[in-house]
Formats: sequence, structure tokens, C-alpha cells
Amino acid sequence: MSIFSYLLPKKEKSASVAKERLQIIVARERATRGGPDYLPQLQEELLMVVRKYVEVDQDAINIQVDRESGCEILELNITLPDE
Amino acid sequence: MTKIVVVTSGKGGVGKTTTSAALATGLAQRGHKTTVIDFDVGLRNLDLIMGCERRVVYDLVNVINGDANLKQGLIKDKRVEDLFILPASQTRDKDALTLEGVEKVLEGLKDMGMEYIICDSPAGIEKGALTAAYFADEAVVVTNPEVSSVRDSDRILGILSSKTRKAERGEGDIPASLLLTRYSPERVERGEMLSVEDVKDILAIDLLGVIPESQAVLNASNSGAPVILDSESDAGKAYEDAVARFLGEQRPHRFLTANKKGLFGRLFGAQ
Repeated sequence: MSIFSYLLPKKEKSASVAKERLQIIVARERATRGGPDYLPQLQEELLMVVRKYVEVDQDAINIQVDRESGCEILELNITLPDE
Repeated sequence: MTKIVVVTSGKGGVGKTTTSAALATGLAQRGHKTTVIDFDVGLRNLDLIMGCERRVVYDLVNVINGDANLKQGLIKDKRVEDLFILPASQTRDKDALTLEGVEKVLEGLKDMGMEYIICDSPAGIEKGALTAAYFADEAVVVTNPEVSSVRDSDRILGILSSKTRKAERGEGDIPASLLLTRYSPERVERGEMLSVEDVKDILAIDLLGVIPESQAVLNASNSGAPVILDSESDAGKAYEDAVARFLGEQRPHRFLTANKKGLFGRLFGAQ
């Protein structure tokens, strides 16, 4: 090892890369966890109702459950297609 | 009072069965009447790790179906008093494992005066794993210091907080503690492996123990004797510490730092 290796920027260690990646993915997965089990089915059935009137894509409906100061909010977004 | 403990991880191959065997044996060594149950229906392996594979006559599914009674299904360990093994069946029919059936078996074990029932969970988050966890009072989450294992452990923690009987009854989360296995302090010091602190930070649960990567674990499974019986080995000692902590003792964590070679060691190449 030469004296110059102390002067060059160190390559990031793989363990710290691992920790950073884990923190991000775990936080994201925790955010979607804990919603009621019926959500996927609710989404499916809502989609069917909407489709009776408007033709929309599978991913046009987005359901999310948020918790704010002790109450749960069911957030429903339906993107209608442009005419 | 019987305590039901699930040993779980999500990911396979991280040391659930090794841990179940060591934990159950350690508890029995301390005089607590303990049964360890293999929930991995179709892929029985606890019997091999416990060294009783040639004594298996009946299994968990036989007992559930009433082909055998509980006493016939239990295998009494020959080395440690107060230790019993209930093997998994080799049937491929996973539906054989019903919640009602498992509850009946657990009740029977309680009536026999078991103090601890260790449930060795299969990998994954399917029915087998959920069944193993459902009646648990406490969970031990086995994790390797590696990204996929840590992520899966977090996933399992999420499942434990909603899918156990206690959670369903609104009795809250069951306590879960972390057992970090295959830990290599040398690699952690070189920055090549997640450290205990890293994993604790991410999973945010109590640390039950750290088991160092050790040849003793393979030696133990080769010979069919739980590694905790190898009381001279580092892994055996680490498991013994973990059992003591499980029972509420305070013990410092060992084997967290690399063995530094001193001047003498460097000169003469001693270990």
C-alpha cells in the first residue's frame, strides 16, 4: 500500500451501500403494509363498477389507506381517460 | 403456564432449524420441559438436526388426523431430560396442517405440562409459516447480515403484527426478538458485511443474540447433535447466552469483534 492510497478518495464499502438500500426499500414496504386485506378486492370491484360507465385501464384506480392523527382515510383516485 | 415460541425468518437457509434445535435443547438443559415442533410439512429436517431421524414413527399430521395420539408422536430426546421432538410429516398435502388441528396438539402439549413449545417455521410467508406463527406468544426472528434476509425479516415482522391469533383478537403485537446468525466480525470490520447495529437499526427490535459464523454448526448438523451441546464452540456458547437472555438474564454479547492477532501471533502465524 503506497502513501498515495491515503490521499485518494476511498471507495464506498459494500456494507454501507447495503444499509442504505435496505433503509429505503424497508421504509417503502412498511408504508404499504397494514392496510385491510379487502383492499385488492375492493379495488377490483370498484373498477368493475366504473367500467360499466367508462372504459378505464386496470391501473386507473389507485387505493391507499392513510393514517392521520388517529383516523384512517381511504383515498381513492380514478383517472378517467381523455375523450 | 406454557409459552409458545415461533422461530421464523421469511427467507430460507438462515438457521431457523439450527436455532429451534439449540433453543429447545438449551431450555430443556435448564430444566424447562420443552417440545420442539417441525412445521415444515413436506420437507422434514428438524429430526436430522436433532439426531432422531431413525426414531420417527408418527408425525405432526398423524397426530392431527388422529392416526396416533400425542404421546406416540412425541420423540423423547436421549441426551437431555425434558426435551421432546414432534417431527413434520413428509406428505405433500400441505392442507393437512389445519389451525384447529394444530390448536388441539398445542392444547395437548399444555396438558402434558410443557413449559415451552418451540415452533420451527418453514421458510416463506405461505400457509405453513402462518400456521406456525398463529398461536405464538413470542417470536424469534432469525436473520443473516445480508440484504435479502433482512428485508424478508422485516416482512415477517409485518405479518406477525397482523396475522397471529393475539393480533386478530386485538391483544397487540407479540414480542419479537432478533437472532443474528452467520455473523463474521472480520468481514464487518472490513466493511463487507452489515453490522449488528445496522441490522438492529433497520428492523428496530430487541437483540436476543448474535451467533458467529462457525464450523461448529456444520459439525453439529453432520452429527445430529444440536450445536448448543458443543459447549466449547463459539456458536454453542453464543446460543447458550441467547437462551439465558431468552429467560430474562442479562448477558453481554460476545463474538462481536474480530480476533486481533498480537505481535507474537503475527510473527509465528498462531491462530
